[in-house]
Amino acid sequence: MATIKRTVEVELSTSGLDAQGRPQRVPLAVAEDGSTVAVAAPPSIEPELEGEHMLINIGPQHPATHGVLRLVLELDGETVVRCIPHIGYLHCGFEKIGEYRQYNQIIPWTDREDYLNSIGNNVAFALGAERLFGIEITERCTVLRVIAMELSRIISHLVWLGTTCIDIGAFTPFLWLFQERENVYALLERWVGARLTTSATRVGGMAADLPNGWTEQLQTFVSLFPKTLDEVDRMLTRNGIWVGRTIGLGAMTAAEALNYGLSGPMLRASGVAYDVRKDFPYLDYETYDFDVPVGTNGDVYDRFLVRFEELRQSVRILEQALRRLPDGPVNVDDHRVILPPKSKATSEMESMIHHFKQVMEGPRPPIGESYVAVESPKGEKGYYMVSDGTSKPVRWRIRPPSFVNLSAIPKMVEGHLLSDVIAINASIDIVMGEIDR
Amino acid sequence: MSPSPFTPVTPGSSLPAGTPAPATPKKILHRGGEVNPTVEAIRAQFAGAVQRVDVVWGETTVVVDRARVGEIVRWLHDDPGQQYTYLSDVTAVEFRDVEQPLEVVWHLRSLAFRRFLRLKALLPKGTPLEVPSVYPIFKSADWMERECFDMFGIKFVGHPDLRRLLMWEGYREGFPLRKDFPLRGRFSRAEQLRQALAANPESRYSKEELTIADAFEDLPLDMRARLRSGEKTGE
Repeated sequence: MATIKRTVEVELSTSGLDAQGRPQRVPLAVAEDGSTVAVAAPPSIEPELEGEHMLINIGPQHPATHGVLRLVLELDGETVVRCIPHIGYLHCGFEKIGEYRQYNQIIPWTDREDYLNSIGNNVAFALGAERLFGIEITERCTVLRVIAMELSRIISHLVWLGTTCIDIGAFTPFLWLFQERENVYALLERWVGARLTTSATRVGGMAADLPNGWTEQLQTFVSLFPKTLDEVDRMLTRNGIWVGRTIGLGAMTAAEALNYGLSGPMLRASGVAYDVRKDFPYLDYETYDFDVPVGTNGDVYDRFLVRFEELRQSVRILEQALRRLPDGPVNVDDHRVILPPKSKATSEMESMIHHFKQVMEGPRPPIGESYVAVESPKGEKGYYMVSDGTSKPVRWRIRPPSFVNLSAIPKMVEGHLLSDVIAINASIDIVMGEIDR
Repeated sequence: MSPSPFTPVTPGSSLPAGTPAPATPKKILHRGGEVNPTVEAIRAQFAGAVQRVDVVWGETTVVVDRARVGEIVRWLHDDPGQQYTYLSDVTAVEFRDVEQPLEVVWHLRSLAFRRFLRLKALLPKGTPLEVPSVYPIFKSADWMERECFDMFGIKFVGHPDLRRLLMWEGYREGFPLRKDFPLRGRFSRAEQLRQALAANPESRYSKEELTIADAFEDLPLDMRARLRSGEKTGE
C-alpha cells in the first residue's frame, strides 16, 4: 500500500506580535472580487524563532507507555530528534532467582515476565526444560500445549489491539476486545484455576488435564470469536482516523528489521516471513495448516494488519487442534520428573522414593544446555538453560522479544512527531515485565 | 550488497529446491547429533580459531578464540554461503565451579538456510573480561551487550555506549548475575534503604542526556557538576 501523504494547509491568522508582545489578531478580509485584501504589513518586531532543542521526559509513569518505560526525547519543535529509552524500573532479577530454584519452581516466574502470555511462557519454559531433560511429551500434551499457546496469543493480541486503540483515541474496540479476552480467561480459569498467573505446565506434562465440557466451551468461543473480529475489522481497518494515525509511522525495511533483531509481528510487518512455528517448528506446528501474514511497509498500520490476521490464524489452529485432540495420558510416564500418584507414593517403596527425591531435591537433568525458542505473540521467545547436573540450572536466560523490539525504538521514532511516538511505542507491543525481568 | 528497501525476505530461500519443510525435532540425542555444516566452513576459513565443537541436544556449539569473534561473526553474516543475518541472543554463563571460565554465548540464526548456531568464547578467570562487540554487525546487539555488561561486567570492546541498562547508572554493588554476588545483593537492606533515601530523585538523567547542549543550562547544579567531573558508570 502506498504511503498516503498528509498535507495540511493552514492560513495563519496572526501576522505577529503587537508592541506589548501580545499576539496581534488580524481578521482575514476578502475583497469583493475575491482577491485577498492586504490587511497590514507584518510588524517588524516579530521575533525570530530560535532553533532551541527541548528535552522532554515521558514516563516512567505515563498512561501511554504500557508500563514503567521512560523515554527521554530531544525535540525540535514537535519533531523528535533523538530518543533515549530507559528501562529497568521493573527489574526483579528473575534470571538470578532461577539459579536458586528447581525447574518446576521456575514456572511461576515465567508467568510473571510476559504476563499477557503467561501460559505461553509456561509452555515455552517446559519445552526448554524437557529438551534439557531429554523428555518426549505425550501426544495429548502436545495438542493441549498448542491450544494453550494459541489462546495466549489471542489474549495478548487482544490486549495489544485494545490498548493501542486507546492510545490513538478509539475507545469502542477496547471494550469489544476485552470482552472476548474475558471469555478466554474464563476458559483458562476452568482449565488451570488461574486467569493471569497460570503456571499451567510441568516438566513432562501439564498441571491439569481439561475438565469435562471444556472442549465444547472452547468450540463455542472459536465459533463466536471471528464475529467480534469482523466487527473490529469493519471498525478499524478502513477507518480514516485509524489509518491516518498509523500509516507510514515507524517504518522499518526488511533488512533494517533483521539487523535490529526485531521478531514476531514487528519483523513480519517489514516483509520478513520468519515465524518460529514455521521455520524452527516445535509442538508439531508443521502439521497444522495456517498462514503467516507478512506486511510490506513495516509501519504501524502493517503491524496492526499482521497481528489482526494472526488472530484469525490462531482461530484456525485452535479448530484443528480441537479436531485432533487425542485421548490418553497428559504426563509422561517417568517418575523421575512427574510425581507418582499419591496412592502409590504411600503404598509402594519405589514410588515413595521417587516422591521423596522429587520433593526434597527436584529432578536432575544431565549436564548440557538448550536454547528453545517459540513464537510468542511478541516474537521469538527463547529460554536458554545450562545445567551442571544438579537440580537447579546454572543459568536460566530469557530471550525477551519485546526487549529486543523495544531497543529499536530510537530508530523508529526519530524524525516523527511527538504524538506519533505514542502510536509507534504502542505498535511494538511491549510488556515491561518481560523487558526488565 | 544491501537489499533495496522493502524487499521481502523468505526463510529457507537459499536451501536447494525440494528440501523438505522443517519438522519438530524428535528423539534428540544428548550428545553426538548432526553437526551444523557451518562448523566445517568456519574451520576452513579461520584456521586455528575453533577450540571445541559440541553437539548437545541437537544444537551445535562452536567455541572459538575470543579475540576472533568479531571477524567470525562478520564473516558468518556476510558470506553468501552462511547468511547468519539474525542474532537471537547475546548472553553469558558463569558456572558454580569457580575454576571454570566464564562463557559468552551468541545465538545466531541463518534464516536463508534455516540453521541455528551457538557461538561461544571462553573468558578464563583472572583474565580481563573482554570480548569484541558485534554491534557494528548487528544493531540488535546494542541492548543485549549492555545487559550482559550490566549483569556480568563483561566489556564488549567496540560497543559505542556500554552503560548499565537494567540497573541504574549509579549502581555500586557489582554485577548481579555473577556467582559471587549474593542473591540479596552486596549491601545490607539498611544500607540499600539509606542509599535510596539519600539519592536525589532529580539527578536521574544519564550522561548522554546531560550532553544535549541546549538542555545543559536548564539542569540542576549537581547534574552539571557530575557531567563536568566525568563520572563513570558502574564499578
